[in-house]
Parts: sequence; structure tokens; C-alpha cells
Amino acid sequence: MTFIFNLINGISLGSVYAIIALGYTMVYGIAKMLNFAHGDVIMIGAYVSYCATTYMGLNPLLSVVIAMVVCTALGIIIEGLAYKPLRKAPALAVLITAIGVSYFLQNSALLIWGSAPKNFSSIVSFDSISLAGGKLIITSESIVTVIACIVIMIALTLFIKKSKMGKAMRAVSEDKGAAELMGINVNLTISVTFAIGSALAAVAGVLLCSAYPILIPTTGSMPGIKAFTAAVFGGIGSIPGAMLGGILLGIIEIFGRAYISSELADAIVFAVLIVVLLVKPTGLLGKKINEKV
Amino acid sequence: MSKMVQVPSKSIVPERDVDKTPILETHHLGIDFGGLTAVDDLTLAVGRTEIAGLIGPNGAGKTTVFNLLTNVYSPTRGTILLDGKSTAGKSTAQVNRMGIARTFQNIRLFSDMSVIDNVKVGLHNSVKESLISNFTHSFGFKKSEKEYTSRALELLDFFKMADLAYEEAGSLPYGAQRRLEIVRALATNPGIVLLDEPAAGMNPSETAELMNNIRKIRDTFNIAVLLIEHDMNLVMNICEGICVLDHGKVIAKGTPDEIKQNPKVIEAYLGKKREG
Amino acid sequence: MLKKYKNLSNYARTSISTYGIILLAFVILFPLQQAGALSYSFSGMLVPICAYIVMAISLNLTVGVLGELSLGHAGFMSIGAFSGAIAAVSLGNGTPDVLRLVLGVLIGGVLAGISGLLIGIPVLRLKGDYLAIVTLAFGEIIKNIVNCLYVGVDAAGLHFSMTDVASLHMTNGTVILKGPQGAVGIPKVASFLSGIILILITLFVVINLVHSRTGRAIKAIRNNQIAAESVGISITKYKMIAFITSAALAGMAGAMYAMNYSSIVAKKFDFNTSILILVFVVLGGMGKFFGTIVATTVLYMLPEIFREFGEYRMLIYAVVLIVVMLATNSSGAKMLKDKIVDFVKNLFARSKNKKVEAGGADSE
Repeated sequence: MTFIFNLINGISLGSVYAIIALGYTMVYGIAKMLNFAHGDVIMIGAYVSYCATTYMGLNPLLSVVIAMVVCTALGIIIEGLAYKPLRKAPALAVLITAIGVSYFLQNSALLIWGSAPKNFSSIVSFDSISLAGGKLIITSESIVTVIACIVIMIALTLFIKKSKMGKAMRAVSEDKGAAELMGINVNLTISVTFAIGSALAAVAGVLLCSAYPILIPTTGSMPGIKAFTAAVFGGIGSIPGAMLGGILLGIIEIFGRAYISSELADAIVFAVLIVVLLVKPTGLLGKKINEKV
Repeated sequence: MSKMVQVPSKSIVPERDVDKTPILETHHLGIDFGGLTAVDDLTLAVGRTEIAGLIGPNGAGKTTVFNLLTNVYSPTRGTILLDGKSTAGKSTAQVNRMGIARTFQNIRLFSDMSVIDNVKVGLHNSVKESLISNFTHSFGFKKSEKEYTSRALELLDFFKMADLAYEEAGSLPYGAQRRLEIVRALATNPGIVLLDEPAAGMNPSETAELMNNIRKIRDTFNIAVLLIEHDMNLVMNICEGICVLDHGKVIAKGTPDEIKQNPKVIEAYLGKKREG
Repeated sequence: MLKKYKNLSNYARTSISTYGIILLAFVILFPLQQAGALSYSFSGMLVPICAYIVMAISLNLTVGVLGELSLGHAGFMSIGAFSGAIAAVSLGNGTPDVLRLVLGVLIGGVLAGISGLLIGIPVLRLKGDYLAIVTLAFGEIIKNIVNCLYVGVDAAGLHFSMTDVASLHMTNGTVILKGPQGAVGIPKVASFLSGIILILITLFVVINLVHSRTGRAIKAIRNNQIAAESVGISITKYKMIAFITSAALAGMAGAMYAMNYSSIVAKKFDFNTSILILVFVVLGGMGKFFGTIVATTVLYMLPEIFREFGEYRMLIYAVVLIVVMLATNSSGAKMLKDKIVDFVKNLFARSKNKKVEAGGADSE
């Protein structure tokens, strides 16, 4: 029973990673940049939801919508102000700018909300499910997280496969220059990608804090790094890869914590990542890139 | 193989017969990419001081042959012998050290390094320096660096590029970049040098100079040259042996005169004559 | 004089400027420090700045010269810091301070170098962002392991455990490393002078290496790996030389850093520290060591300089970082810069013309 319990917890945590990793992977696929500030957008999303419920007394679901709207706007602003001017700059310059944005968000949060941890109350209001005579408890947060993850995955896949914007995204990720020549508005496409990624980050932030209710300005950092790892693990740029990578990472982390050592759980996660990349150098579902000689 | 090339002597080498004993041989060489056969059943030999040409329509697999010869790709079938020794299982770097140097169709210089440093990288395995001397700049470092500089300048001078030695390689004009790539390849002291479309993008006078240079390379360094080229004037003028490739297969081999008259070659280039 | 300087070889210029600024800083600051004229907080920053300069120069070897992005450089600093601290404590109070410092730094460097070798074998097979994430992973693994490690020393030698102090099975020894509490009781033997010497050693090693046969091979690999292979350069060998050198120097910096404090925790050397050093390198300039020294010093002191802004200082730091990156790299800023340069040039040209005209008139 503890095995199943851990498995469910792992899938639940992994679903959060997956939702964050989707943001990383979409931005990477299209803008070819590692957006290190993505983890901090999660944190902002959680704070917004917290404020909406605690100070304004709004319905938790409404608070999620508000968080998504705020984060979407934030994502578009960050992209427009900090990343767009650097479209042709070296990758490292963009990376450092992203780090600057990350510092900026963390320190803004510190100024606005202070360093004292906020106790995030779960947005899920129904009870946990008790199975096998109380031996196996599935928390309501797990259920909601997993369902949210599945819904997002399906919606995103459909969007990218069927919609005009989705097709534009795929075109831009294949070849920016050619897409532009075909009349695709590259700047708009990139902005939309950031918007979607940031909205997903808001959802992830709320789900993460519902399960682990301590909210501080650095709440987003470690899940951000782990989700980035998950995206690479699955093959960065690949949407199913981010999903698979996120969920596997969550399971490995929870199992590592339960069966090996709670202090070494992160080390185990990263060790598995290294092994996977050595066997499959572009991740589980990543495309093999051969340089033409 | 024994390294036969040393610093080029500037003396005029007397006219002599081409040494046809092979330095490079391939036997039934082939490679598949997925289900696609890119090169198949390629058997050829290049003489010790021969200038040979590899020609064929676009997409015939010529550059793939170069990539096979330098072990950038591992062949699916067949063997490559350099001076009688198989190069199977060797890395690209090891193949170079065995004696094959090359240039690239799309120029690959060390573009933010100086011209002379590009050549010095080519000389890497000809002039040895101990690692400790590299960290300390003593233990014979000055002497070996002097040798690097003098040999690099001599090679550059051979191609009239000595005055460009301290320019950044990437800022050179196109023709000079192509020449520098050849100099860098020669600096590795090869037994055979592979030139991938050396005349691409050159005007007629540059091409004429290139033809002279290729002959000069063979005559002074006493090495073989195998080149891929679309400029038929160049190929027919300087190659002693030509191999024609189409769809990854050899369709003709022979002297320039034989190739010119070969109906298969004409067909490959111009398409099949329509009846009626 | 300036012209003469410009005509010097790249090697000579880099050497003169870097050694020069370090020696100058030392000549000015050392007497002030000895006289007690420096503020307490500034005085306390001298050794860390030296350590971070060494970190940044060594990371520049990997990122700027070899061209591979490493996000785990603090991991090597950590290995150096803790092995150095363990060495220094184990030597005991009877050993002279200088010997403790030198041996600590050497052991830190050697162990970090060995871990550089072990990590480099798998890491350097990967490319680009995948390589970057694996270095990040190794950095986090090192932090995690050190965080669980207990080390003690007694007459029988060193004792290791991954669980707790009790399982070290010592009766009469000193506990050096206490898991999450970190290393304690480190002798504070590092000094400004030793920091300066370490920087000079680092500059000597790195600048010499870059301007040598090995350095050329490393730069060739960064420029074009396929071309480098085609001229007989063994890619793995030269990547490893750069990576191990970089790791060993980072280990020495870590040991020096640790011996400036009486206790130190693994968390200090996390991903954020790796990123911080990367920021120094990028702002200082790829492969540019003078720039690295200046950028490290300025950026390390910046939060201190902004102290008067109180709680806003880190926010300002972030804004400065973004603005500097935008100003130096964005296409708009480049156009603006070109315009300004043109304007100034025109201005000078005009005034010169006037002078010539005026001069001409005078002479008549």
C-alpha cells in the first residue's frame, strides 16, 4: 500500500513538474532560450492566488483565473522588455538577462510580501479519498493535480496540432527565418508562447502550493530547476517529452525520498538525469541532431 | 605511414612522372543512411603523387565519400586503405594523423583566431610541446613556438599569404579563406589532401591561380590530391585520373579524355537522350 | 606609450593588464588594510573577492575559451572548500598557519581536479544545453552529498559517515564536518596576501595555457569542432585539459574561501553561486581576463555599495544586471551606440578641419 501511495504522490508531484516543464520546453523550442525566470513566475502565480483568496476573500477557482491572467501579462511584459531586444544577441547574454529577471521577480516578491512564509491554503475543497479501509489515502490535491495535468496536456497538443497559432509555433520552432518569409508574425508567435507558458506556470504554482503549502519568494526556484531538468530529461523542445520527463522525475524523487534517503532525493534525481543523458544524449524523446559536414 | 613531407623547399621541382603506386585505396566502400544507400560499391585508388578528381551531378554522394575517407561517417561496407593500412575504427583526428587532410565545401576556419594561428593549429601534431611547458611558458617553450611561427609563415608565404598572418581568419575575403583552409590542411603534413569544391565561388582568374597552386602543392610537397569540383575546365585540365559518381555509384573511371567521351557520363550530366 | 601598448602581442597585453591591476590593487589596499584604514565590512570582503576572481577566471577558461557552458562551477569550489577545510583542521594547531593554508589549498585543488576528471568524462561527451544541464546536475549532487556527510578526525585518522556524528565512532576526536551544519572549527588562515598570490598563480596558469599549443587547440575546438578534428586535434583530450584545469583552480579558490571563515555550509555553493560566477564571466567578457577581474570586483561589491538603498538593493542589482545586458547586447542599443560614435567622430572631424583651416590661416 505504501508503494501505491508513494506512486500516486510521485505522479502528482511529477504532474506539477510536467506543467512547469511544458513552459520551459515551449519557450526553448520556439525562442531557443533557457528562461531561468520561469520558476519565479510560478511563485508570483501562487502569491497572486494567495492574495485573492486571503485578502479579497475570492473563490479559490476565481483566484486561479486571476493568477493566470496576471502571469500571462507578466510573461508578455518580461518577453517584450527583456528578451525581445536580445533576439539576435548571443545565447549567453539572453541567459544572463533571464537570471536578472529571476532576481528581479524574487526581490520584488520579497519587498511586496516579505520574507516570512505564507501559509497557502489549498484551493481544493473536497475531501481526500480513503481506499482499502483507510490504508490508502489519495489526497484531493493529487487528484486535481493529475486531472489538471492531463487536461492541459490534451488541450495543448490539440492547440499545437490544429490551431493556426499552433502551426505557426511549430513553423517558428523549425526555422524562424523561413517562417517569417512565409508571412508568419514571429514576434507575435513568441509572445503567445510566453503567454501560454506563463499561464501554465500560474496553474503549476497554485497546484504546487496546494500540496506543499509554504510560500516564500524562493518557492519557485527549486521546482523551476527540477522542471527544467525534467524538460531536458524528456528531450527539450518536445511537449510529450516534457510531460514524460516531469512525471518520471516526480516518481523518482518521491521514491528516492521514501526508500533511499530523504536528504539525497535531489541527488538521486540528478544522477538519474545524468545516466539518461549519457545513454540518450538528447533526452528520452528528443530529436537527434546531426551537424551536416 | 611515414610522413614524407617536410617544410616545403622553394626550389623548382623538375618535371617527373606521376607516381601511380596507390597511397589511398577503397574497396567496395558503401554507406546507408537508414534505408537509403548514399554510396555503394566504391572502389578507387589514388596514386602517391596523383591529382585525381571526383565528379558527378549534385547529390551524387561526393562529399559523403570525403566524409567516409576521413571517418566522419563510418562505412557500412568495405574498406579504406591508406598506404596499405586500414583506417577502420579510427577517429577523424587519428585518420588525419595517419595522413589524410581535407578542406570543406562550406568553409570551416577557426574564424575568430588569426590566420597564423589557424596554420599553427594545423601544425599541432608536427611540432611537439610538453604540456608542462604550455602552463609555464618555459622548458623549451620559446624554441618550439619559434618553430611553429617560422613553419607557419613559410607555409603562408608559399601561398602568398604571409602578409595576412595576423589578420583575423574570419575577416579575410572569400578566396583567401579558401586558400587558408588548404594551407591549414597542408600544415598537418598529409600524404593526401582532399579538396571539397576548392573553386566554388571563384572568378576565372582566381580559378586559374588555384589550378597553379594545386599543381604546385603536388610538385613541392610530393603528395596526392583528390578533389571534388564542378568546374569541368579545372578538372579536365589538372586531373590525371577522374572518377565519376552518380547516385552513389561509380559510373566511369579514367583519364580526362576517356571521361569526356564516355556516354554514361554525358547521360548523367545532361539526361537521357530522348528517342524520336 | 598607448601606441606601444597596442602594438604588443595579445599575450603581453593580457599579462600586463591583468597582473598590473592585481598588483596595483594590492599595493594600494594592503598598506591601508595593515593600518586598519579599511572599513570592517570592506576588509572582510577582500579574501572572498580574491576567491571569486579565481573562480571567474577559471570558469572563463571553460566558458569563454573552450566554449562550453558550465552551470555547476560552484560544485568544484565546494569540493575544494570542504577538502581544504578538512585538511587544515586535520593538520592540527601545531602546524604553522602558512603550511596549513598551502596544504589546504593544494589538497582542495587536487581533489577538485580529480572530480573534474571524473565528471568531465561523461559531461564532455554531451553538447550545448545538455552539457550545461549535466554540469548543473553535478553541482547539485555535490551539494546534496556534502550536506549529508559527517567527517571527523582523531589519532587514528579521518572518519567518514553519511548518517550522523555518532556513527563516526570516535571517542576523542574532532568533528570537522557535521552534515547540514557544515564544516566547523576551520582555522582562519587565509589572508589578503594569500588571495592575491592565488590570483597571480591562476593568471599565470590560465594566460600561459591560452597562449600555447594546447590553448590554440582548445580555441580551435570552440571555433569549429569538426575542422579541429580534421586537422588531427583530439577533442576529448583538450576539452579535458581545459575542464580539469578549470576545476582544480576552482577547488583552490574554494579552499582559500573556506579558510577565511571559521565555519562554512554546503548550501553556500549551490546553483545560485554557479550562476553568480557565470554572470561575472559574461559581463567581464568571454575569454577576457582583465574584464573578468573588474566585473567580479564590481559586481561582488555592488550589493554592498547599494547598502544605502536598504531593502531595495537586490532589486536594484537585478535591474542593473538586466539593463547592462540590454545595453551591451540589444540591437537597438547597438544602433544607438553606432549613432553616438558617428556623431562624436563627426564632431571631432569638424573641429579638426576648423583647426587645420585656422592653422593654415595663421601660417600665412
